[in-house]
Amino acid sequence: MNDAFGRPQSVVVLGGTSDIAHELLTRLVGGRCRSVVLAGRDRTALERTAEDLRASVSHVETVLFDADATDNADKTVVRCFECAGEPVDLVIVAVGELGHQEEDESDPGRIARMVTVNFSWPAVALSGVAAALRRQGHGRVVVLSSVAGYRVRRSNYLYGSAKAGLDGFALGLSEALRGTGVSLHVVRPGFVRTKMTAGRPAAPFAVGADRVASDIVRGLERGHTVIWSPGVLRWVFSGLRLLPQAAWRRLPG
Amino acid sequence: MTVTLDVSPRPLSGWGRTAPTTAMVTRPIDAQSIEAALQTHATGVIARGLGRSYGDAAQCSGGLTVDVTGLDWIGTLDEDNGTIEVGAGVSLHDVMRAIIPAGWFVGVTPGTRYVSVGGAIAADVHGKNHHRDGSFANHVVEMTLATPTGTVHLAPDDAADLFWATAGGMGLTGVLVKATLRLLPIETSWILVDTERFTRLEDLMSTMEESDHRYRYSVAWLDCLGQRGGGHRSVLTRGDHAPTDALPARLRTRRREIPGDPKLRVPRSAPRHLVNRLSVRVLNEAWFRGSSSSVGSVRPLAGFFHPLDGIGSWNLLYGPDGFVQYQFAVSPERGEVVHQAVDAIAASGIPSFLAVLKRFGPGTPGPLSFAQEGWTLALDFPLGPPGLPGLLDHLDDVVADAGGRVYLAKDARLRPELLPVMYPKLDDMRAACRRVDPDGVLASDLSRRLGITP
Repeated sequence: MNDAFGRPQSVVVLGGTSDIAHELLTRLVGGRCRSVVLAGRDRTALERTAEDLRASVSHVETVLFDADATDNADKTVVRCFECAGEPVDLVIVAVGELGHQEEDESDPGRIARMVTVNFSWPAVALSGVAAALRRQGHGRVVVLSSVAGYRVRRSNYLYGSAKAGLDGFALGLSEALRGTGVSLHVVRPGFVRTKMTAGRPAAPFAVGADRVASDIVRGLERGHTVIWSPGVLRWVFSGLRLLPQAAWRRLPG
Repeated sequence: MTVTLDVSPRPLSGWGRTAPTTAMVTRPIDAQSIEAALQTHATGVIARGLGRSYGDAAQCSGGLTVDVTGLDWIGTLDEDNGTIEVGAGVSLHDVMRAIIPAGWFVGVTPGTRYVSVGGAIAADVHGKNHHRDGSFANHVVEMTLATPTGTVHLAPDDAADLFWATAGGMGLTGVLVKATLRLLPIETSWILVDTERFTRLEDLMSTMEESDHRYRYSVAWLDCLGQRGGGHRSVLTRGDHAPTDALPARLRTRRREIPGDPKLRVPRSAPRHLVNRLSVRVLNEAWFRGSSSSVGSVRPLAGFFHPLDGIGSWNLLYGPDGFVQYQFAVSPERGEVVHQAVDAIAASGIPSFLAVLKRFGPGTPGPLSFAQEGWTLALDFPLGPPGLPGLLDHLDDVVADAGGRVYLAKDARLRPELLPVMYPKLDDMRAACRRVDPDGVLASDLSRRLGITP
């Protein structure tokens, strides 16, 4: 159960090897957390994260899945809730793949995979998560979206368009969940220095995963539906969204 | 006979308005419907009265909440034995309005009249007379409890272990249907109050130790923000029921006046941060200056026992984020814990609007019953200060180290591993629960969060 300060006792992470999710977990487990289920594709990396957490969390389990096929999404969610062994207070959806735009955009298989991993799979999973939490009567969902989906750019439109789809889906779902005791929070980080972005040039307002995690914690405390990280990006992108396409096209990065 | 239950989903939280969860709610008006509710195989069933416990004791996420406020009947007053039989959902407000004109009062009243009798038993509430009269359950002659394995009648000397597991048991042994209460005869509904002011906590505490026994009622209010140069101001109010001949002539015609309904109400839209360092400092100043030392002043019962009941839904004053209450009890020898707590709060700079200190008399055998002989300090804090969760965790450690405990009816954030430390008879509670509820039907957000019934 969540306590008065919103500290969860049981957390499920879809995309359990995400750096942002890991940072978020380290902030949460110091409170009241006693069960964490990490779901992801890379068994070795999952186990490493799980081992880290076991120092402070009594019950840590891992679940394997590949976000390449949507038909396993619902099963994965059910499995995670079973493994938790108690009501799940917080679900972090951190599934995603940045890809390589230039190589991917002409490869039908890669295009399909980018859309599936970044949008279709998380969307199906989110529906399952929402249904399970509604039955439970409480719970919060954190969905990692991206500013890349807020206004899609030439340089990463595969990733950006899929995130745009997920962002819209999640916002719609959060509306559908109003009044049910379940809340959903969409996180829009800018450029985050993580293993996913390693080797790529940083964009302006780049931050570390720790900063994103602390912004999420604060956003959850205040009950914000959309959490920007860093917060200034909310204003930056509100402006950028209004730029004429010709100017938007010429922006560096 | 099958009973169809009328159920609807509703978001529920405690009086502190933190951590709301959604559950199905049913409002039975008879014992049969309560028994039916316990057989629904919902994922958790818990009773709820007037929702005045501060945390998550009377809610059950995803389960079934049995709203007992439909059981609000009041039986006839037995003047020979000084008892009355009432439905578990009736408020102490309504009980008082029924019995005061006949010259009776409830054995124990907490700081609000708007609690149900069932809730008062389940939390085994205490009042300003605990040092003399014990807690609410000490004044229960008999009660009827619907459990998943059947309905039972309980008395302190008959089926005593289940009686005491139910007294303070936070609803985890079943749903109370009715109770017979032992009443206190009174001549008037007025209280003779002595008020004393102190500027040092140690003076207050020694005065309470020396002379509390001379009064039926005693409680002290503390200014936790602290003064320049150290020290904490306090106001001690103690009193007794006024006999008729102590009333001034103008009050004799109103000698058994009954408490009324709230005249003020806090609007839903109360802003955040109304309760802050400045407002608390101003209120503390006003309170301290407004309470001059006096002897034998005649005060109406409602103003003496239930000062906040004059304002409907005062919990909304804390704004949309709500607030937490923190109340602990330590043994008489560990009075220094009170000093440590007050100093820690003053050092943190986090404002506590209500800080109330009282001496408890001996506790009951109830394994989860809160009151134990010694000191108890109650505090409330608006949500928001970043240091608050850590401050309360620190206070937990200090209290647990001193062999004390926190009050579950107010808790919304205790570390689960401290529960068996603070309540060493927890296993007796669990055994009683297993006996009446082998399938683990009864559960609340509180019991899940703390693992009371594993």
